[in-house]
Amino acid sequence: MTSKDATGEKNAPVAEAEDQAKAPSADYTATVRRARVQDKAATVILTVIVVLIIVGLAAIIAYILASGAGKLVDPGFLTKKPEQFKAGGGIGPELFNSFYLLVLTLVISLPISLGAAIFLTQYAPQGPVTNVAKTAIETLSSLPSIVVGLFGMLTFVLTFHWGFSILSGALTLTMFNIPILVRVIQQALEAVPRDQRDAALALGLTRWEATVHVLVPAAMPAIVTGVILSAGRVFGEAAALIYTAGQSAPELSWAAPITSLANPLNVFRPAETLAVHIWKINSEGVVPDLTAVSAGTAAVLMVCILAFNIIARIAGRALERRLTAE
Amino acid sequence: MSREKIVSSQSSPSSEVVGVSPKRRIERRGQILTGLCVMLVVVLVLTLIFMVCSRGISTFAKDGIPLGSFFAGTTWNPHQNGADGVPLVGALPMIVCSFSVTLLSCLLALPFALGASIFVVEVAPGFGSRVFRPLTEVLVGIPSVVFGLVGLGVVVPWMRGLVGGTGYGILSASIVLAVMILPTVTSLSTDALAAVPNAYRDGSYGLGCTRWQTVVGVVLPSALPDIMTAVIMGMSRAFGEALAVQMIIGNAPQMPAGLFTPASTLTSVLTMGMGNEAMGTVANDVLWALAMVLLAMSLVFILIVNLIGRKGGAKHD
Repeated sequence: MTSKDATGEKNAPVAEAEDQAKAPSADYTATVRRARVQDKAATVILTVIVVLIIVGLAAIIAYILASGAGKLVDPGFLTKKPEQFKAGGGIGPELFNSFYLLVLTLVISLPISLGAAIFLTQYAPQGPVTNVAKTAIETLSSLPSIVVGLFGMLTFVLTFHWGFSILSGALTLTMFNIPILVRVIQQALEAVPRDQRDAALALGLTRWEATVHVLVPAAMPAIVTGVILSAGRVFGEAAALIYTAGQSAPELSWAAPITSLANPLNVFRPAETLAVHIWKINSEGVVPDLTAVSAGTAAVLMVCILAFNIIARIAGRALERRLTAE
Repeated sequence: MSREKIVSSQSSPSSEVVGVSPKRRIERRGQILTGLCVMLVVVLVLTLIFMVCSRGISTFAKDGIPLGSFFAGTTWNPHQNGADGVPLVGALPMIVCSFSVTLLSCLLALPFALGASIFVVEVAPGFGSRVFRPLTEVLVGIPSVVFGLVGLGVVVPWMRGLVGGTGYGILSASIVLAVMILPTVTSLSTDALAAVPNAYRDGSYGLGCTRWQTVVGVVLPSALPDIMTAVIMGMSRAFGEALAVQMIIGNAPQMPAGLFTPASTLTSVLTMGMGNEAMGTVANDVLWALAMVLLAMSLVFILIVNLIGRKGGAKHD
């Protein structure tokens, strides 16, 4: 009975195919034509979507740069101190604070992330410990930055009594940055061909030696690119900073002693960054030329972020060339 | 695992008989050093969850605000007491508003994200990796306050001209959020589509299907779990976004009456309020309760992603 069924089923398509071979029915050609038209239409729509996204992105960047262009060409804007109730303020201290916070954050978060990424790619034993670690990093990466900022306020600002300070801000940004960096470094390490690692282990190196001397150098171009790209995100972060690094920027002077709030390198002084500055003047609304100042600050931020993107690619490519030239 | 054993057994005869071999010691040190880094991260996350929750819970434990009046109350005015003597701390308007902007921004972003990722994977892969991905990375890098400014300068006036009113509101915020989550959803769904084995496509093409039929009938269904993950990651980002939303939503903590009237999200109330309320007061404690809701939601998002991963995982093998 089963064999009969099978042959019966077999016969049907054959018969159909013979039918079509003889003379394609009107129904069949219509189906094919419709499928082809749908395919063409879909390709056109997909292309339109991609073009729209690219044009939109270009428009956003052009809008930001164009509306801040007036301030960008003003030489005093990048060096002067901000003003509270009168027009013409600059963003000198904010610009310095942003870079200082970024450097401190990277100095703290890079070693921790590198270690965590090496553990997760090289050692991580299968089991509950690794699962907990992976879940923790995943959790940290999807926490809203305002929640991380509030935790920073509770811990560093209030519990440790560091006040609104660069140190509180940098440690909070570290929490925000670690999951991004761990992911980037993990991907870079995993992208190194397995042969390299196997060859190193076969020569009698321990995993640690293989990692330090073979894997990390081989992954370096990708790591550098990823770290600089993530630096752009730290640079523009504001929600995690408004309640940790504070919303005020004391005037800076290199002559001041390190304990003074005016010394640029003092990590216990409050430090408003560029991104926080934009938010603050817009929410307070006491600066008369706030539209111009915030547009100018946004343009400066945008230029820095674009520069980070370009530098990331150039540095990655240059390292790659040095690594493979020998 | 077995390789490690071979390595260590090879190196042990050459070293001294007693004590740990130097190779073993290096290995041990590396393992401990990197293990500590991971531990530090785990401890940080647990501390964060504990501290935020312990402050958030004090709203209910210490200040004695019933759960019902927090989660179901519709009036937000922590400095005033209601008829029953309990401060007016109804968080429902913010919760509803947060979910509306999240869902709406995802709905707006999804067609673009999906379309772009299909184009990049199926139509022009070279263009995708050389041009499109770097461009979306630029989009990821634009700071959220800058998006807020663009929203203030472009979207809000545009809305005002289109439907009248102030221009601030849920729809304006959703449009800006949609642009912000677009790169996240796009790059994750691109990965999802690229992970579908080529054999699936070959099978479909072999049957005479067109590219679009292959995409709709084969590629999208088999990438569906990962695409859902991409959407949820986008939702999680939209739900937690603070400053851009706060600048555009209008900041009126009332039940959203429509898409075009000012409202408040959990994040916007937190951002505005935390600087004004003294620690330990009821008004401050309820803000921490809002933070706890945010935290809980992002944990829920991760849970969903993990559940999808477990169910849809190892499907392509």
